[in-house]
Amino acid sequence: MTFMTKTLGTVAALALSAGAALADPALIYDLGGKFDKSFNEAAYNGAERWAQETGGSYRDIEIQSEAQREQALRRFAEAGFNPIVTTGFAIADILGQVALDYPDTKFVNVDGFLPEVPDNVLLINFQEHQGSYLVGMLAAMASETDTVGFIGGMDIPLIRHFGCGYAQGAKAANPDIEIIANMTGTTPTAWNDPVKGSELAKAQISQGADVIYAAAGGTGIGVLQTAADEDILSIGVDSNQNYLHPGQVLTSMLKRVDVAVHDAMAAGTDLETGKYMTLGLAEEGVGYALDEHNEALITDEMKAAVDEARQQIIDGELNVVSYYENDSCPALNF
Amino acid sequence: MDRMPAWADAVLVPLFSIVLAAILSAGVILAIGENPVEAFRLMVDGALMRSSGWGYTLYYTTNFIFTGLCVAVAFHARMFNIGGEGQAMIGGLGVALVCLFIPWPHWSIALVFATLAAGAFGAAWAWIPAYLQAKRGSHIVITTIMFNFIAAAVLNYVLVNVLRPAGAQDPATARFPEAVHLPTFQDMFSTAETAMFRGSPANVTFFIAILACVAVWLLIWRTRLGYEIRAFGHSETAVRYAGISPVRITVLAMLISGGLAGLMAINTTMGEAERLVMNATEGAGFIGIAVALMGRSHPVGVFLAALLFGFLYQGGAELALWTNIPRELITVIQALVILFTGALDNMVRMPLERVFLAFRKEGAR
Repeated sequence: MTFMTKTLGTVAALALSAGAALADPALIYDLGGKFDKSFNEAAYNGAERWAQETGGSYRDIEIQSEAQREQALRRFAEAGFNPIVTTGFAIADILGQVALDYPDTKFVNVDGFLPEVPDNVLLINFQEHQGSYLVGMLAAMASETDTVGFIGGMDIPLIRHFGCGYAQGAKAANPDIEIIANMTGTTPTAWNDPVKGSELAKAQISQGADVIYAAAGGTGIGVLQTAADEDILSIGVDSNQNYLHPGQVLTSMLKRVDVAVHDAMAAGTDLETGKYMTLGLAEEGVGYALDEHNEALITDEMKAAVDEARQQIIDGELNVVSYYENDSCPALNF
Repeated sequence: MDRMPAWADAVLVPLFSIVLAAILSAGVILAIGENPVEAFRLMVDGALMRSSGWGYTLYYTTNFIFTGLCVAVAFHARMFNIGGEGQAMIGGLGVALVCLFIPWPHWSIALVFATLAAGAFGAAWAWIPAYLQAKRGSHIVITTIMFNFIAAAVLNYVLVNVLRPAGAQDPATARFPEAVHLPTFQDMFSTAETAMFRGSPANVTFFIAILACVAVWLLIWRTRLGYEIRAFGHSETAVRYAGISPVRITVLAMLISGGLAGLMAINTTMGEAERLVMNATEGAGFIGIAVALMGRSHPVGVFLAALLFGFLYQGGAELALWTNIPRELITVIQALVILFTGALDNMVRMPLERVFLAFRKEGAR
């Protein structure tokens, strides 16, 4: 009986939300899936926080195929959801086209790029290289073997962008540092392959790495696990992953997707669109995580050095080269 | 006669398999606290009751027809081509090169040449495993699956380093020019008053898929080459004795098979995305195996099986959109259908055959 009532409730809620949604927001996750403990999960956390604060509700979908990107956008827009928040750069292109058909609906994309931004689209980008620079400094200072590792997800420019900032930071803290960089794969499964992440971490450890930064979505779980098992340090990404292995995760490179999603949903239909929003260190869109799980690992000296670099980057005295500038990295060859 | 009639083999066995899979899926949905009847209604409603739903169903169907035919042709030569995925990826590269670098005056001309390029690239990718199988005896299953990964790596390299427009983060090519956009069902069937197939990706490629079905039927059952392929599939020694070169048949069958997989790229790359993306095939190459198994490697069967899987894909998307059934479970449902129709085929066939034989004995007495 409880089952029936529950189902009927769901169906009723469904009918309501599908029929006359009073501008509830919707959230479309990228292919990696909702609970990747990283990028998409950060978006989910932001949406959940918004729902708790306001008592509002939202609908979300984990897409399964490329063609569903357009489908989900259109179906949500037609059902009256507003704003529609999407994560991942891969949806940006189709979003730019679909948005033109629904001028009254506002669309948000995290990480995307469009040559021309339609009036009802907001593109949110993060300065990942700045945050990665800071964790790169921490890694180099924490390393005793003068060797640090980087494990990326799928080998695409965005991930090289992470690795490039990391390498520059590591080199800045210790010019003699050696950086080992590996990518998990060339297909989207590279975002969710903890076993491969674990193997790569072992390979890097055997080459002497004692701090490994994983920028690989769900694959990073395996990297962090192996680092903890082998008693070396790791660095998490996107969400604060320090808690996963307390005392063994040096820090996490925070990319506050949750804040971006939360703010977009909070602004609702009043959201300012038609532009790019770039979130860097100054806006606290990126940064490094310091909490009770890793405070013993970060010495005062390290903290002072990183905070100084952070201030210098914000003031424009220190320039972290972006991989996108000329598709190459001054500190690392991929 | 110790076999059941052909119609029972072709109709009853798949039907029983689907029903079994559906019952098991319903159980799984019940177990997570959702209503299976409601879920099924949503799937049917989303996939078959609206023209835009049909647009998606037929779009997926088109993909599965091509990959299903790809596997079916290889099956006739008793080869297991599981490289449809990679062959379709490389076919996509052919389509992208043709569409991006040649200024076509009209989509119809572009379509002809894109079709040729897709087929040629897909066939070329299948040629290497075919050659290795024919000349060196390297097993086609191993080589074709490895070639899937090589294809992914090649495509990634080309997209990231060569074809990606400056500034873009997405590993994808630029959009194809307006002139090569294929007419979608929306363009073709909408009247001034009513928009049909609104926003859905089904396009003119669907008709090419149907043509491909006819062509494969003609090839396998009406040409000398088709006869040689089937004969080779039944007995290599007999074929050798009859003076047919096994090397030639292996290579030709795989070329046709790879070419058919490559054709899938017209649908995804030219018809839907209108640019080449990294993940254009998304598993259709593997679904093709299930489609060919279920369709008994016959074009009509392949068409019907592809339609079923198209329905499952689109219906699954509807479930993801409007219920809280997690997407992993939708994959489970699709996998159950594959399991029952493909792998557990004999589980249904054998009891059914026994029933038929029992009846026949009764009749003979």
